[in-house]
Amino acid sequence: MKKLGKLYLVLVLLFLYVPIFVLIVFSFNETKSRSVFSGFTLDWYKRLFHNRIIISSLINTIIIASIASVVSTVLGTLAAIGINSMRKVPKAVVMNITNMPIINPEIVTGVSLMLLFVFFAARMNLEFGFVTLLIAHITFDVPYVILNVMPKFNQMDPHLYEAAQDLGCSPFKAFRKVVLPEIMPGVVSGFLMSFTYSLDDFVVSYFTTGSTSQTLPITIYSMTRRKVSPEINALSTLIFIAVIIVLIVKNAIENRAAKKSGTKED
Amino acid sequence: MKLKYFSAPYLVWMIIFILVPLLMIGFFALTDDNGFTLKYISDVGQYANIFVRSIWLSLIATAICLVVAYPVSFILSRMEKHKQGTMLMIVMLPMWMNFLLRTYAWMTLLGNNGIINHLLGLAGLGSYKLINTSGAVVLGMVYNYLPFMILPLYSVMVKIDRSLFEAASDLGCSSGQTLFRVIIPLSVPGITSGVTMVFVPAISTFIISRMLGGGSNLLIGDLIEMQFLGNAYNPHLGAAISLVLMVIILVIMTVMNQFDPDDQVLM
Repeated sequence: MKKLGKLYLVLVLLFLYVPIFVLIVFSFNETKSRSVFSGFTLDWYKRLFHNRIIISSLINTIIIASIASVVSTVLGTLAAIGINSMRKVPKAVVMNITNMPIINPEIVTGVSLMLLFVFFAARMNLEFGFVTLLIAHITFDVPYVILNVMPKFNQMDPHLYEAAQDLGCSPFKAFRKVVLPEIMPGVVSGFLMSFTYSLDDFVVSYFTTGSTSQTLPITIYSMTRRKVSPEINALSTLIFIAVIIVLIVKNAIENRAAKKSGTKED
Repeated sequence: MKLKYFSAPYLVWMIIFILVPLLMIGFFALTDDNGFTLKYISDVGQYANIFVRSIWLSLIATAICLVVAYPVSFILSRMEKHKQGTMLMIVMLPMWMNFLLRTYAWMTLLGNNGIINHLLGLAGLGSYKLINTSGAVVLGMVYNYLPFMILPLYSVMVKIDRSLFEAASDLGCSSGQTLFRVIIPLSVPGITSGVTMVFVPAISTFIISRMLGGGSNLLIGDLIEMQFLGNAYNPHLGAAISLVLMVIILVIMTVMNQFDPDDQVLM
């Protein structure tokens, strides 16, 4: 029974990984063939690094993801603090609306923002591009920050903030010294989550971008629509390696943190 | 200063960029230049076949995901604690690749000149039309969303106490009975959230159907995309289709909620 389970797990993992490995292997293929490996080359990687569109969309993606995640972390953390001290009914209303971009299919979020931007574009000097992309990304990022920060308040003593003020802290200092350290883990995970969602997003960006500002996923999409190019394979390989590195580092940090808190408790 | 005012900037943002756009979908769906109309909503009926296909294909994909993921999550949840984290990371790692690349991978595998047909040819089995079929679309959905099913199932199962299985078998349950009367009932919250997390993106996708389904397997997502960015530009009809899609999803989620004792469909 145990062996059967292991075999099953291996089969599922093969299903998950074989397509990616085939993609990687053919990034080193001399010809454009997708089925016959005719010889080793690094040409597709060279071409990739000389592809202006890919490089500029990569830079664009990083800029947008960075600004969007920083803004949403600030906006979302402040929001969570406020929502937490709201009365029951307004709190429920706000949380339900906040959940909308998470529950709704991405395509609905995308087209709904597109409708709004079209409306503004017709009346004001708004062009589809960097600004609309940034607004869209912040909009789908903030809910994740709020959902990560909110639970931290439930674990915190609500009177600590007042106690700090009674003991002479200014409201700002009380917030910085008392509230912020308590909610920090939620803030950090909210930030990381919104950064990764922004890097990865295709659907919402697809509906809210213009011709001037492309993100990497949008460039990848237009590459897959045109003729076959092993450059995509090369790009996939690099992204796969980057993902592995990030996950290993993340794991190492978490393990160290777990060990630290483990020794503290002892 | 009261703490609740901290949320003011977000509330403004939320109203302008979440609430108003959603209301605009409703507004566009129910009006034309002359005011209120149900024309676009009734026009959606013309695409009933596409709706049926989308619901059908995403239901099949969700069912396959559930059947495939259930044992995976169970095996993971019963592993030794220190192995679980690493295994879970290995299972989730492909999810970190952009889904366009994951779908593209299957495009090259299934293509008429792809590696699967090449191998079949070498084996003397001839070539098959694999890509641009509804089967390829379902495969793409399963491949892309399988981890969305594994994760919630795992997080529920890992909390099930091992001694419950021993108790069940001590009390005379066969392993089949233990599965159906202990494990499955206890993992219902994981099933409901897994089903929602697979079904919602599957029914609204337009990339998977476009890349793996060719032109003949249009889904609701393609239909919406065509009304906003395609030649058929018609935001009123697009909004009406989006509205119907949201209603379908709302119905499915309400149904799923009925099964869930703890009301925690989302996470």
